[in-house]
Amino acid sequence: MAIELGQMAAQAQTRWPGRVRADTEQDADCAYRIECEPQALPEVCNWLFSDLGYSFGGLVVEEAARWELRYLFYGDREQGWVHVIARLSADQTRVPSVSTLIHAADWHEREAEDLFGLVFEGHPRLGDFVLHNDTWQENLTPMRRSFDDRKPAAWRTPDSDWKPRQIVEEAGAFLMPIGPIYSTATGPAHFVLETIGEDVIRAQPRLFYAYRGLEKIAQGRAAEDLLLIAERISGTSAFAHSLGACQAVERICRIEVPPRARVLRVWAAELERLRHHVGAIEGICESTGLVVAAAQAAIIEEDLLRISGALTGHRYFFGLNALGGLTIDLDDCALLHAAWQVKAAVSRLSELERMLSMSSSFLDRLEEVGNVGASDAREFGLVGPVARASGVSRDLRRAHPYLGYERVDFDVPCETEGDGYARLRVFFGEAAQSARIISAVSSSIPQGAFRAPQVSLGAGAALGWVEAPRGAALHWIRLADDGVVDRYRIITPSFANWHGFRLGAERFAFQDFPIILATFALSVHENDR
Amino acid sequence: MSQWVIKGLRTGIKSTRYPNVAETAAGVSPGFPAETNLGGALAESLVAGCPTRALGLGPQGVEVDRRRCVHCFRCIRGAKRPLDWESGYEWARIGADGAHRDHRLGRPFGRSVHILVVDAGDCGACLNEVKQLNNPYYNMHRLGFFLTPTPRHADVMLVVGAVTEHMRHALRKAYDAMPTPKRVVAAGACALCGGVFGPSFICGSGAAEVVPVDVEVPGNPPPPLAILHGLLVAVGRRPPANGAG
Repeated sequence: MAIELGQMAAQAQTRWPGRVRADTEQDADCAYRIECEPQALPEVCNWLFSDLGYSFGGLVVEEAARWELRYLFYGDREQGWVHVIARLSADQTRVPSVSTLIHAADWHEREAEDLFGLVFEGHPRLGDFVLHNDTWQENLTPMRRSFDDRKPAAWRTPDSDWKPRQIVEEAGAFLMPIGPIYSTATGPAHFVLETIGEDVIRAQPRLFYAYRGLEKIAQGRAAEDLLLIAERISGTSAFAHSLGACQAVERICRIEVPPRARVLRVWAAELERLRHHVGAIEGICESTGLVVAAAQAAIIEEDLLRISGALTGHRYFFGLNALGGLTIDLDDCALLHAAWQVKAAVSRLSELERMLSMSSSFLDRLEEVGNVGASDAREFGLVGPVARASGVSRDLRRAHPYLGYERVDFDVPCETEGDGYARLRVFFGEAAQSARIISAVSSSIPQGAFRAPQVSLGAGAALGWVEAPRGAALHWIRLADDGVVDRYRIITPSFANWHGFRLGAERFAFQDFPIILATFALSVHENDR
Repeated sequence: MSQWVIKGLRTGIKSTRYPNVAETAAGVSPGFPAETNLGGALAESLVAGCPTRALGLGPQGVEVDRRRCVHCFRCIRGAKRPLDWESGYEWARIGADGAHRDHRLGRPFGRSVHILVVDAGDCGACLNEVKQLNNPYYNMHRLGFFLTPTPRHADVMLVVGAVTEHMRHALRKAYDAMPTPKRVVAAGACALCGGVFGPSFICGSGAAEVVPVDVEVPGNPPPPLAILHGLLVAVGRRPPANGAG
């Protein structure tokens, strides 16, 4: 139900006369702004989401002379980006909840409530979220400007007797708390699994054990140092996130990235995606106890880590991205050699895929397990390979190309079953596509500078977007006059997919839980920030 | 299922021969800046440009505190006079709490050491490198190291990440639940000094604030071989790296 962008303004203004003011044209960053009064916010957002088919990107809250709430939406290429903006006076903290109509906004509003102290009227579940109530005092709002991030906050002595609340109250109901330290090498997360017999009735993750306050500690730092933080949102997708941050700053300061740097960035981003997906495949094999297959995937992952390390100096691409390009030039011969190594690794990966597709005991654990339907996936705002396994195909490389992806030939693998096996196939498919991109760009890297000659920072705000290995990642950055970071909002794919994780975990047997968790390939570090 | 057995056998032995023979493959370690005999304005600008204060000026020139280094490469890339760079991976040193007691766990732990990995709030890179220890290249089982999910079975705790406020209590409880004798290996710049994250309102400045740290493994993240060296140091099967700092 796409409509012309020019008509959108007219439609919005006739629907909500006097309450909405919409731009008639996109700005240079493909963004299209709709300013509306707070009471009209849920209806306007729902119009974009339900009637016009936009995806919900995320919520950016900014504290200035007035509160500014910015709901981000993106559609297909011609639909562009839409920013729905509502402003509140500084003393006003109540705003109607959008999540009553768009469930994807649920966690965004809970987070804003917890960290800014805003109240979203009509939201059913505010409270204990990012800041755990057993550790933190009530009414601390660390994202407010008045909060000093350098001093330790006054925390409570943790309550050793904290227990999760049991919701399911039928006969035979059993509550199983797992974590935050569980399994052999996993990020900290707590699961409240409520079971009756073998089936998990309710699976609620309690996250943010790895909450490092990155959005807060970024404030007041130089734009260049922001990349140190962006790389460490999630170490396994460091390049994608630093790329998102770079693109936002480059938009603000109108920095032209040289063609060579753009292609090298594609190269690194796709190698990272490939390595991440191999790691995800390894996790899935391991969760089913198929150790030989897991070991085969682990060999490939380590090979790819070594290729990255030998080529760029760091196995996870830390310190590679710079504002306006890269910190080092990569040698053309070394790139060709690396592309050849990648090709060899991927041929072993497709052999693994072939063998797995014939292992019936392995497939039994994945097929018809952890199903997520297409409408649920859209309702919960799932992104990345997880969404594409459920038939939601939107990929930012295609929808809103950056770095010249519009000139790169690749497919976006998509499945419709939405079960564990569909997710595994998407991981294999995307890994093969990444290898295809690496191979294609390696032989045609333009000569020239690897970094913009001069970078002069100025004030402004912009959105940087990138299709990270786990899905759409959005970086909203506002710089002050001297190029110092004023606001850094990080919207990560894991944040969206953890929200939808219970869709897959509930209704399935308890023994399938670790397998379902592995097929989602979630990162707590990326979620918690 | 026989296809998997054949596949496994066909793959052959991939394991590194470390610690008996040094590993020389490319890309196993990011390396560290080395102490460089350099003075004057060039040295001062390098020290000032280090975002985590890992560089300092000493009588020998530019000194490097590996514990604080986060591999941003600013002291070599784009620098007028790049610092020297050292490869290698045997970086583990005895921590402040390990110095006062014999750091060896002793003979009973020679070939069967159970390790509890606690992620106290890192970015996931350190944790991923810990996971690589179980891949066929590093294969920690051949050295008698095993990961365990429970503190009750653990001899060594491997902590990664700057300890967040939410994990502080869990980390302490896990340490207290471990039977004695026990040792703690802290891996990664975040676990040693807070790294990029700490100290702040939510992150501390290292695991040593919460649990006594016997062995420190610098790196951001430390590569698998460096973590392996740290574990070997913790059980007294490898000497710690030389020098101070």
